[in-house]
Amino acid sequence: MSFLEISGVRKSFGPTTVVHDFDLSAEKGEFISFLGPSGCGKTTMLRMIAGFETPSQGTIRIDGEDVTHVQPNARRIGMVFQAYALFPNLTIADNVAFGLKVAGRPKAEIATRVEEMLALIKLPHLASRYPYQLSGGQQQRVALARAIAVKPRVLLLDEPLSALDAKIRVSLREEIRSLQRELGITTIFVTHDQEEALSMSDRIVVMSEGRIDQIGNPFEIYNKPRTRFVAGFVGTLSVLEAVATGGTGVRIGEEAIVLSGAPAVQPGTSLSLALRPEAVSLHPSPERINRLAGRIVDVAFLGSVVRMRIATAGGTVLVDSFNDPATPPPQRDTAVTLHFTAAGIYPLEGAGDAPVAAAAA
Amino acid sequence: MNRSRIAPTVIVTLAALYFLVPLVATLEFSMRMVRGTYSLKAYQVVFADPRFQATFSFSVIAALCTIVIGALLVVPTAYWIRLKFPRLRGLVEFITLLPLVVPPIVLVFGYLRIYNSSSWLPFTATIAGTNVLLVFGYAVLSLPYMYRAVDTGMGAIDIRTLTEAAESLGASRRTILMRVILPNVRAAILSGAFLTFAIVIGEFVLASLLNRPAFGPYLQLVGANRAYEPAALAMIAFAITWACMGFLQLFGSGVPGRRLGSTILRFGKRGR
Repeated sequence: MSFLEISGVRKSFGPTTVVHDFDLSAEKGEFISFLGPSGCGKTTMLRMIAGFETPSQGTIRIDGEDVTHVQPNARRIGMVFQAYALFPNLTIADNVAFGLKVAGRPKAEIATRVEEMLALIKLPHLASRYPYQLSGGQQQRVALARAIAVKPRVLLLDEPLSALDAKIRVSLREEIRSLQRELGITTIFVTHDQEEALSMSDRIVVMSEGRIDQIGNPFEIYNKPRTRFVAGFVGTLSVLEAVATGGTGVRIGEEAIVLSGAPAVQPGTSLSLALRPEAVSLHPSPERINRLAGRIVDVAFLGSVVRMRIATAGGTVLVDSFNDPATPPPQRDTAVTLHFTAAGIYPLEGAGDAPVAAAAA
Repeated sequence: MNRSRIAPTVIVTLAALYFLVPLVATLEFSMRMVRGTYSLKAYQVVFADPRFQATFSFSVIAALCTIVIGALLVVPTAYWIRLKFPRLRGLVEFITLLPLVVPPIVLVFGYLRIYNSSSWLPFTATIAGTNVLLVFGYAVLSLPYMYRAVDTGMGAIDIRTLTEAAESLGASRRTILMRVILPNVRAAILSGAFLTFAIVIGEFVLASLLNRPAFGPYLQLVGANRAYEPAALAMIAFAITWACMGFLQLFGSGVPGRRLGSTILRFGKRGR
C-alpha cells in the first residue's frame, strides 16, 4: 500500500467546488509536484493534506492512518510557506527548535538536533540571529530546517520559492531536492512554475480548474501531454490548424504532413496540431520527413538559444535553434523551410487554455 | 524668511502659545507658595500628604489590574476575530469604541443599578467587590485604546500563517497564543497599557461615584480646598501622562523580532 493516499477528495466553499475527485497515491520518499495556474485548487488540496481545510468528501491517509478529520497539530506533517512564516520573536535556533520544544523533547536532544539541522542547511553561524536579519533565501532554508527538524511523515511545500529572486530560486530548488533525497521524506510541492516542477519532481500532478488533468513523470508530462491544457501550460508550444486527409496524413495549407499515428477524427475534418520549438529545424535531415514553408516574423537572440517566430499556412510556429558562433542569426522576413519528424508533431484533444497564449509567455 | 512660510509659522506659534501659556502659568503659580520667592514648597506639601501616597498607590494598583484584565480580554478576542471571524472585525471594533460615545457617568449609574447591594450580583455590598467593579469599569473605559493597539499590532504580523506554521509543528492553540502571538504583539499591548495607565490615573467619575479612594477624586478634593497644591498636582499629573507618552513612543516603534532590550538600546543610541 502506498504511503500517502488521497482518494475521492472534493472540496466546496459554499456553491463553488474548488477541488473535484482528487485521487493520488504517493510512495514513501516520492517527490510530487502539484502544478497549475493560480486558482486551480492545488494549494487547497495541499492545505487539506496539512489539515487546515477539511475535505467536503473523500479521505486522506498517511501511512495507513486515516487523517481526514485529524487536527493539523496531530498529523506530524512539516510545512513550508511562501512567506517563510518564521517566528519573528525567536532566534534562528529557537525557530528550528520550536516543534521539538512543543513535543517536549529533552533539552540535550533538542540542542543536538538543532545543530544538526543548521549544519544541514549550511547556516550554523546564524543560530543566534533573528529572522529579520536574514535574506529571503536564508529565511526559507531555516523554515525548511524547522519543518524537517520534527521528522514529519510528509513534507508540504507551498510555493516556497515564489518570493525569491531568480538565482536563489534555482540554487534553493536544487538544495531542497538533494535534502529531500538524502532524508527520503515524502514531499508534496505546490508550484505554478513548470520549470520548477519539471526539474524537481519524481511525478507531476497537473491541475486545472480543480481537476487533475494528468499525472506522470516530467518526461511524460512534457513529451506526451494528454490534454490541450497540459500541452499549453507545460513548456512552450505552437499550435497549427490542419485538416485530416485519412490515415496518418493531414494537410496544413497545401502541404501534406505525416503524423506518427492516425488522429481520432474523420477525414476532411479540421484538427489542431502541437509542435515544440525544439522539435523543428531549419535544416533538412533524413528522419525529418515533414516540410512546411514559412517566413521569419521575428528573431530573438537569447544567448545559448535563438528563438524565431515563423509564419506558416497553419499559424505561427516558434522555432528554437542553438547559438552557433560561426553563423549569425537569420534575418527577419527571410523565406525558410521548417523540417520536423512525424513524432515531433501530434494532435491535441480536449479543451483548455489557448495554448497559443501560453506559447507567447 | 520665505513668504510662503509666514502663515504656517504664525499658526504653529499661536497653537504652541495656546498649549504652553496655561502650562507655564500653572508651573509658575505652583512654585509661588512661599511669598516673594520661587520654591518647591507646594510639591513638598503634596508629596508629604499621606492621602497623596494612599490615593496614588491605589490608582496605580487599579491601573495595573486593569491592564492585566484588559490584555487577557482583548488579546485572545482580537486574535480569534482576525483568525476565524474576519467579517466581524468591523462590528467588534464598533463595540470597543462605544465607551468613547457612552459617558462614564451613564456606565457607572448602570453598574449601580445592576450590581447594587440588593441585586442578584451585589458587587457594591463589600469594599473588595466595589474595587473589582471599579477595575472592570476601567477595563471598559480603556477598551477602545487597548483593542485598537492590539488589533493594529496583529495586523502588522501575518497571524494566520504564523498560526498555521506553529500548528503544523504540533503546537496547540494555547501554546500558539502564549509562545507565538503574545510575544509578537508585546509592543502593541504595552502601548495599549500605557494609554490605559494614563486614563486610570486621572479617572474621576467612576471612582468618585463608587466612593473609592482613587487619585482622581483626591485631585478634585485638593483643588476645591487649596490654592497652590492643585497646581503642583496638575504638573505631577502632566509629568505622569508625558512619561506614559514617552514610553509609548519608545515601545510603539518596536519592530517584531527586536526584543525590548534592543529597542531601548536603539533608542538610547538615537538619543545620544
